[in-house]
Amino acid sequence: MSFLEMTAVRKGYGPAGSRTEVLGGIDLSIEKGEFVAIVGFSGAGKTTLISILAGLLAPDSGSVRLNGKEITEPGRERAVIFQNYSLLPWMTVFENVALGVDQAHADWPAARRREHVEKYVAMVKLTQARSKKPGELSGGMRQRVAVARALATDPEILLMDEPLGALDALTRATLQDEIERIWEEDRKTVVLITNDVDEAVLLADRIIPMTPAPAAVLGPSVTVDIDRPRDRKSLNHDPRFKSIRNGVIEFLLQKRALRTSPTRTPAPATV
Amino acid sequence: MMGSLLRRVRWDALLLPLVGIAAVVALWAIISTTFSTSLPSPAKTWETSKPYILSPFEKRGELDQGILRFTFYSLVLVAKGYALAILIGTPLGFWLGLSKLFTKAFDPIIQILRPVSPLAWLPLGLVLFGKSHPAAVFTIAICAMWPTVLNTALGVRAIPQDYLNVARVLRLSRTKTLFKVLLPATLPYMFTGFRLSLGIAWLVIVAVEMLTGTPGVGGFLWQEYNSLVYEHIILCIGTIGIVGFVLDRMMSLVEARFKAA
Repeated sequence: MSFLEMTAVRKGYGPAGSRTEVLGGIDLSIEKGEFVAIVGFSGAGKTTLISILAGLLAPDSGSVRLNGKEITEPGRERAVIFQNYSLLPWMTVFENVALGVDQAHADWPAARRREHVEKYVAMVKLTQARSKKPGELSGGMRQRVAVARALATDPEILLMDEPLGALDALTRATLQDEIERIWEEDRKTVVLITNDVDEAVLLADRIIPMTPAPAAVLGPSVTVDIDRPRDRKSLNHDPRFKSIRNGVIEFLLQKRALRTSPTRTPAPATV
Repeated sequence: MMGSLLRRVRWDALLLPLVGIAAVVALWAIISTTFSTSLPSPAKTWETSKPYILSPFEKRGELDQGILRFTFYSLVLVAKGYALAILIGTPLGFWLGLSKLFTKAFDPIIQILRPVSPLAWLPLGLVLFGKSHPAAVFTIAICAMWPTVLNTALGVRAIPQDYLNVARVLRLSRTKTLFKVLLPATLPYMFTGFRLSLGIAWLVIVAVEMLTGTPGVGGFLWQEYNSLVYEHIILCIGTIGIVGFVLDRMMSLVEARFKAA
C-alpha cells in the first residue's frame, strides 16, 4: 500500500440532470518522499483534485487514503499552498506563518514556536520583511510567505495548487529554484499541480498528465530520471529533458484533440 | 505654482461651502421678512440664542441650559442606545451571515421591523419599561441596530472562500477562526454599519426627547416651540445638524482606517 492512494475518485458539480462530472475516476498512488507533478490544461479539474486531497472537498465516490487512513477533512499531516497565496491581509508575514505554527504545535512553549516561525521566515528569505503586511509585498514574496506557512506546520505531505501560476517568468524561475532547494533539505512528499510542463520536469520525480475535464482522468506517469540538483541551463540541452517534455505535451494535446473534435482523427501533435 | 495650487484648494474646500451657507441664510432672511413673518430673522435668532451659544455649558434651570450642555445630555442618551444597538446588532449580523437557515427564518421579520419609525417604537418602550429613560434607550437601540445587522451579515457573506479554506486547512479552532479570520475580514463592513447606525441613533434622539420631555437638544427644541421662542428651534436645528455632521466625520475617519488596513 502506497503512502497516498486514490482509487476511482469521482467528483461532479451541479444538480442531478445538469451535472458536470469533473473528475471521472482518478487513480493515483504516491510513495513517501516522492515529488509528483500533475500536469494539465487550465480547467482540467486540477484544483478539484487537490481540494479533495486537502480534505476541503469530499469525493462523490471512490476512496482517498493517506497512510492507510481515509481522508475526510483537512489534517495536520497535510499542508496546502494555494495558487492565490491566500494570506490574511490584516496580518504581518510573521503572524501569517505563526497562525499555522500555533495551531500545529500548540503543545510547544511560546518561545519555541516563535523560534520555529523565525526559522521558516528566514528559510524563504523574508526576515527583512517579517513585519510587513501582504499588501506591501510583491507576488513572489507573498508566495514565499505561503510556502513558509505551509512548511512551518511540519506536514508529511505538501500539496501545491499551481503555486507559481500567477507570477512572471523570472520570479517563477527563482521560486522554482528555491522550491527545489527547500525540498532537497528534507525531501517531503509533494504533490505539485501545474500547467507548466518545464516546471514539472525541473522539479518532479514523476510527472502525471491529466486529461481535460469533463470526467478528467490521469494518464500514464513519466519518471523523470534526471540527476538532482537539476540546473535549468544545462537541462535545456539534455536529451532526456526534451523527450520527457515532448512526451507529456504530446499526450495532453492528443487528449485535447480527441475532446474538441471527436469525429475527426487527431492530428499528430507537433511541439 | 505652489501658491496657485494652495489658493485653489482654499477656494474649493473653504470658500464654496461658505457661499452655500450664505445662500441658505439669505433665503431664510428673505422668507422671514416676506413669506412668513413669524419665522425669526437670522439676526434676531442670533440675538436670542447668544446666551446659549456664548456660555454653552451654563445651567440656569432644568429647562434653561447652555446648548452644549443639552447636547451633552443627548449624546449620553445616544451613547447608551447606540452601545446597545451594536452589542445586539453585531452578533445578530454574524449569525445571519453565517447561517442560511437563520437568514431564512429571521430575514423577513427583520425587513418588516426595520422601517418602523421611532415614533412607533417609543410608546411600546414605555409600555415595556414603564419609565421614559429605558424606553428612550430601547427606542434608539432598536431603530439604530439595523444597518449594523445588515452590513455585518453582508460582510460575513462576502468573506472570500480562500480565507475560509486557509482556516480549515490550518485547522483553526472555532474561536480562532472567528477572531483571526471572520472578524478581521468583516471589520470594514461592520464599521460602515456602525457609522450608519450612529447617524440613525442621532436622528432618533430628537424624536425620543420630544415625546418623553427629556432634557436635551430635542427636548429643548420642543419646549421652546411650546414657549413660542421660535429662535431656539432654529438654534436646535443648527446644533443637531452640526453634531450629526461631526459624528459622521469621526466615524468616517475610523472606517477609513479599517478600509485601508
